[in-house]
Amino acid sequence: MRLKIEPRLEIPRWLPVVSIILALILALIIGAIPLAYGGLDPFEAYYQMFRTGFFEPYSFSDTLVKATPLILAGLGVTIAFRMRLWNIGAEGQLFLGAWAATGVALFWLPPTTPKVVMLAAMTLGGFAAGALWGAIPGVLKAKLGVNEIISSLMLTYVAVEFNNYFVYGPWAAGGFGLTAPYPRTAWFPRLTDFGDTIPAFRGMTAHLGILYGIIAAVILFVIFKYSKWGYELKVIGDNPNAARYAGMNLSRTIILTMIISGGLAGLAGMSEVAGVVHRLQENFSPGYGFTAIIVAWLARLNPLAVIVVGYLFGGLLVGGDAIQPAGIPLLIQGIILFCVISADTFTRYRIRLVQPAATTAQS
Amino acid sequence: MELAFLINIIGAGLRTGTPLLFATLGELITERAGVLNLGVEGMMLVGALTGFAVAHSTGNPWIGVLAAMLAGGAISLLHAFVSITLRGDQVVSGLALTFVGAGLTSVLGASYVQVRDVPRLPVLPLPFLYDIPLIGPSILWPLFGEKQNVIFFIGLLLVPAVWFWIERTRPGLQLRAIGEKPAAADAVGVNVGALRYFYVFVGGLFAGLAGASLSLAVTPLWIDEMTAGQGWIAVGLVIFAGWNPWRALMGAYIFGALRRLPLDLQAIAWLPFASNPILGVWLNMIPYLFTILALVFSSREAIRKRLGAPAALGIPYVRGERGA
Repeated sequence: MRLKIEPRLEIPRWLPVVSIILALILALIIGAIPLAYGGLDPFEAYYQMFRTGFFEPYSFSDTLVKATPLILAGLGVTIAFRMRLWNIGAEGQLFLGAWAATGVALFWLPPTTPKVVMLAAMTLGGFAAGALWGAIPGVLKAKLGVNEIISSLMLTYVAVEFNNYFVYGPWAAGGFGLTAPYPRTAWFPRLTDFGDTIPAFRGMTAHLGILYGIIAAVILFVIFKYSKWGYELKVIGDNPNAARYAGMNLSRTIILTMIISGGLAGLAGMSEVAGVVHRLQENFSPGYGFTAIIVAWLARLNPLAVIVVGYLFGGLLVGGDAIQPAGIPLLIQGIILFCVISADTFTRYRIRLVQPAATTAQS
Repeated sequence: MELAFLINIIGAGLRTGTPLLFATLGELITERAGVLNLGVEGMMLVGALTGFAVAHSTGNPWIGVLAAMLAGGAISLLHAFVSITLRGDQVVSGLALTFVGAGLTSVLGASYVQVRDVPRLPVLPLPFLYDIPLIGPSILWPLFGEKQNVIFFIGLLLVPAVWFWIERTRPGLQLRAIGEKPAAADAVGVNVGALRYFYVFVGGLFAGLAGASLSLAVTPLWIDEMTAGQGWIAVGLVIFAGWNPWRALMGAYIFGALRRLPLDLQAIAWLPFASNPILGVWLNMIPYLFTILALVFSSREAIRKRLGAPAALGIPYVRGERGA
């Protein structure tokens, strides 16, 4: 008897969804082993995580808050991965977006600027800075053939140092790695701001950023499905040579894709500082840009699915804050990613146990 | 003074570049077999923690090194299973390995963060150098130091060993074959899948050694994410090295020196960094920016000389499928 892996001729529609759910369950089971080894009761830890992430009175709003940067950055990763452009530097692009938004809010516009103008300028600044940071690996890849995996990740370390320079240097307030708080005009509206008219919203911190995420997802969905650019992305990703013969401009598409990918990650950073932190600080992101990679992959690079998966992972982060040590969410994310890639195999291929004689006869 | 400074920098490179050398050699071997493993950072972390913990509990750093290598090898098999058996995406699987390594070591290493009294790997005296006339006492002696950690010598021995294995032995020929033309290797009876498993494992052993040499020699302690991107730099160095072990040696020492450079530059009185420590943050970017520069340089060279990655790098091998 041996394992035989053969491609499926057609994939039933339910199979990918079922396989991902099974992969998630499997990941939680596997994750229980290191948790137990690390001295935790896995059932208790999972119970705490799910309860805090999804079933407390404020869970929905709290989880939306964490889901917002994951969705925006996850959409950025989605575009790049669609054309097999491995932008794994979303974290750095996110830092740059937050940096530019802070520059606008605190230094480049007066605090008396009307709120709408202020937020619009921060949005543009955040997108532009993230886009610029994403464009660097894009140009290097398109013009010089530099591996974008390494360059985008190296730029993440550079972005973190860049951020450190400003929060400890010229923008520091007090020298603890933070800037002064933004004026109220630079705060995203939150649900709790409407607490006077709708009492149910009191204390809820979900903010405008989630709408950015949903709108961006819908726009991308339409682009992927109906536009020429969306089609080009897919063709270039599947077969770059065919795309070149068909007259597509590869290097322009690579650069444009990295600009939009980085810009969305920049928006994630901008929305985090405008909606949650209200200042720039060291380490304001617990690795949103990296988790976004998993979100994008788990959503099978479908922008609408990114919203759902982003919400699930937001819950995982909210729940993860409730348990120690801090590395647990990262570990579980890694295991989930492994299980999902494995599950992909079971959807693309049929795996059977066959007699050795049958194998030789076929091959 | 300038010569002393330069000697100081290069000497630092020899000391701190060795873990990077191990990681680069391991990834180089794995990639020559046709498998891209981006999980070096995670495997190094697993090696660093395992080496530290085992050395701490047994009191013997060598047992720690051995355990670190086996742990690095063991966790690399996750990637081997997903990318070879299941034919999953190698980029994403490698990323997953990095997440798992970082998360796992953060969870299991929490109790070791405060530990300081770990037995270290020994330092050995450098023979003969001082006796070489003229340059011996003035250049070589300060450059290599009176003594070097044992990992430095292991690194120097491993480079020719790896080169000889890949380029001059029969198993090395099979290694290159499964990385360049797996279908041809398969046709002459080489078990492509099993060999690829083996070389992913070897890459894991090397990454584990790299981690242990960090936590038991270069910076003898354990902290979360102590590799600080060195595993990723190693992946970049493999490209910079053009998949050649000797150039990997050069690259690793250069980057070892670059890691130390921020400290050395901050000590120079007439540079602005000494009086304004905030500016030192810019210096911390040096190793990462140089990695990108090195890639730009090597990509241009690769185009000119038609050098390149192993032809089957990152492509799962399936008998009878096109492109394999």
